[in-house]
Amino acid sequence: MKVLLRATFVIAGIALSACTSAERFNNDGTGGAGTGTASGIAGGAQDPTSPLFFQQSIGDRVLFEVDQSTLTPDSQFVLNGQADWLNSNPEYTAILEGHADEQGTREYNLALGARRANAVLEHLVSKGVSADRMRVISYGKERPLEICSDETCYSKNRRAVTVLSAAPSS
Amino acid sequence: MRKWIQCLTAFAILFAAPTFTLAQEGDGPLRIEITEGVIEPLPYAIPDMVAETAQAEDLARQISRVIAADLSGTGLFREIPRNAHIARVTNFSSPVQFADWKAINAQALITGGVSVDGSGKLVVRFRLHDVFAGEDIGDGLQLVGTTDGWRRIAHKVADQVYSRLTGEDPYFDSRVVFVAETGPKNARQKQIGIMDYDGENVVYLTGSNSIVLAPRFSPSGNNLLYTSFESGFPKIYLLNIGNLSQQELRTPQGEMSFSPRFGPDGQTVVYSLTSGGNTDLYALNIANGQGQRLTAAPSIETAPSFSPDGSRIVFESDRSGSPQLYIMSSKGGDAQRISFGQGRYGTPVWSPRGDLIAFTKQSKGRFHIGVMRTDGSEERLLTASFLDEGPTWSPNGRVIMFTRETQGAGGRAALHSVDITGRNLRQVPTNTGASDPSWSPLLQ
Repeated sequence: MKVLLRATFVIAGIALSACTSAERFNNDGTGGAGTGTASGIAGGAQDPTSPLFFQQSIGDRVLFEVDQSTLTPDSQFVLNGQADWLNSNPEYTAILEGHADEQGTREYNLALGARRANAVLEHLVSKGVSADRMRVISYGKERPLEICSDETCYSKNRRAVTVLSAAPSS
Repeated sequence: MRKWIQCLTAFAILFAAPTFTLAQEGDGPLRIEITEGVIEPLPYAIPDMVAETAQAEDLARQISRVIAADLSGTGLFREIPRNAHIARVTNFSSPVQFADWKAINAQALITGGVSVDGSGKLVVRFRLHDVFAGEDIGDGLQLVGTTDGWRRIAHKVADQVYSRLTGEDPYFDSRVVFVAETGPKNARQKQIGIMDYDGENVVYLTGSNSIVLAPRFSPSGNNLLYTSFESGFPKIYLLNIGNLSQQELRTPQGEMSFSPRFGPDGQTVVYSLTSGGNTDLYALNIANGQGQRLTAAPSIETAPSFSPDGSRIVFESDRSGSPQLYIMSSKGGDAQRISFGQGRYGTPVWSPRGDLIAFTKQSKGRFHIGVMRTDGSEERLLTASFLDEGPTWSPNGRVIMFTRETQGAGGRAALHSVDITGRNLRQVPTNTGASDPSWSPLLQ
């Protein structure tokens, strides 16, 4: 019975987020926390103006070293692509999500995730994307993408994900 | 002879709470000294309290069991099993047959009588006896409350016994707020729960639609601060436990606010605010809305905790290159580093006694809960595991509760407690996963 109730909550939660940000295109299509992999919404992956193209061909995320928020050359390349796309598709806004792996306290990881998201923000702004179109959020270690407890998972969890939305950001 | 009588008005929380009447006299000779050395738990006996009315039979047994669980749960006392008892207590007022309790080597004996009176009130009377001296320790005590509040009465009896035998302030009649966790690791559902210190009487204070983190009690125990993602972004909320009304804390502009903690005045709140990717400490008076920035550094400043007198704040900062503990005036200004061991230090919490700081330490791939003096000396690690974090102090500063999370894809968080001597590590039973405990003051 408890499990059933919980399932109802989850569905209600998804339905709610679908109502409040129907235009938000996340990796797993549910909005928020960049935890899933791409699934088809709104335009095919071949269409360079589609969010799916942004996710799959440009790359919607960059990874970080342990306890670092420095952008590697690879990350800067990905972000340059993101900036070009955002500059070509001005109807989209973006939430920049910062994440940490589970090595660290909850509080420190929230702050660290914010540093990472902000590093992405500053790079995109430096490439001409208006700061008004972007908002940063840190999930700290609350939303890992991979759930094992070793470096193969940790390296994917130390990430900043650019989540597109067609609605104006507040 | 009654030296004093105190009436305690119940702490009101969601439920009708009982009222208590207490009367007691001075201490007796039997004492257990709590020291850092190895101790032999003090053997005690608690036969089922005598049910003095028909409705009290179940309650008499249950109350006796909760008292025993409280006392034995400290690791300082060892209950002599009831099947070893020789004497039977059938009348609370009859003289105790000390020889029968000496024969089984019970040093302390707790006897009691339980009745439900005509108006439905639960009346519990108890005595604590020093078996080998053949005399009572302190006066007999009577507690009156509602039958629904029987657990609190049991905790209050246990608190009396604990204080009389240790000379320490008690902690059993207290609550813990925490984050209840369900669901898989990459989609954890979190909600704020409140429960008795022993894991009983859980009530959920929020839904689980948004991530919620780190609830913190006000000094009165009537309000909570916590962090929620319900607006889409992490923000601090103030929650009234009695009527569940909540309001967002009015903070300066920033990406997020988190890691709040009350000062001892119940009005000043310190917290972290992140702006432009940089996290600093701020203070806010929630009564008049006056705010103050306490740090302005490009490093991460978070996890602030007040000294009991409110004059200082201990916090975590990575200004030296790795997270370490610092102390500064509660008005801000220069900070003094106090942690110098190998590893990363976080989530410092000042003891209610003022003498120690509990912290999380990360070293060589392991996490520890530890304590140090406020000048950083005498660091002692109390626990070690894959992931221990977030200590909170019992109201008397003797016990620390914290989060322990297990490793791997099926990793699950649970609450644990440990004595500040490092002994008596125990899991606090919860039906769901549980994290981020905050221990209330002793209930009134």
